[in-house]
Amino acid sequence: MVPSKEDMHDALVLRQGKELTEKFEKTTVAICGLGGLGSNIAISLARAGIGKLILIDFDIVDVTNLHRQQYKASQVGMTKAEAIYENLLEIAPYTTYETHNIKLTEDNIYELLKDADIICEAFDKAEQKAMLNNTVLTTFKDKYLVSASGMAGMDDPNIITTRKITSRFYLCGDGISDVNDNISLVAPRVMLCAAHEAHTVLRIIQNNM
Amino acid sequence: MVTINGVNEDVAGKTLSEYLSSSNYNLQRIVVEINENIIPKTDYEKTTLNDGDVVEVVSFVGGG
Repeated sequence: MVPSKEDMHDALVLRQGKELTEKFEKTTVAICGLGGLGSNIAISLARAGIGKLILIDFDIVDVTNLHRQQYKASQVGMTKAEAIYENLLEIAPYTTYETHNIKLTEDNIYELLKDADIICEAFDKAEQKAMLNNTVLTTFKDKYLVSASGMAGMDDPNIITTRKITSRFYLCGDGISDVNDNISLVAPRVMLCAAHEAHTVLRIIQNNM
Repeated sequence: MVTINGVNEDVAGKTLSEYLSSSNYNLQRIVVEINENIIPKTDYEKTTLNDGDVVEVVSFVGGG
């Protein structure tokens, strides 16, 4: 049986405190890319009781995604936007979700992200990460941006960190482990970096909202 | 001296564009901030590095 909205709110207050939970519930977070980083960030933030999540990806769930992304074998072939929405509804049914099956470009970033308080960059290609970050940072002076670079391979998990680049721009990852050096991505290390991003979002809300 | 990614470099007077190409950065993979301000890509050529500037060039790698 699915608990009521009130029961789920009360449970969050019990675990996180009233002040923090109420701040989380008032916040809108956009997650750009729903792969290894984005699908994990989305689940963490939905569990924490973020009020609204804007979920954006143009891709389809592929069998090669299942080793690290939060999708099920039965969801292969679905759009990631639809599949993550289905999964999040089972975890946190009272969060507001806005999903977009679309590729983010310089031309649509303003329209798709203008309602977010905090934006998470969760793409996989370096050029796309730079494009999103440059556009967000020069378009929205009042928003916070959390990005990630360097989480591929089997290197030490303890070199993944979060750095504050400017007052509104945070960067997670080890900064160096590129997926293109023939080292692929493994679930725990990507989840670790996603956890850095999600937790940074929660800390931004705690300290600034 | 200009502090770039924590290292003092003797590049005051150069444009940002000149510095980035001489350092072999891939312009499609970077974000640049100078003294806490993000520099739009279209301003790289007209931005001059000044003595005392603190610059961070974030160069992204793939994976996510």
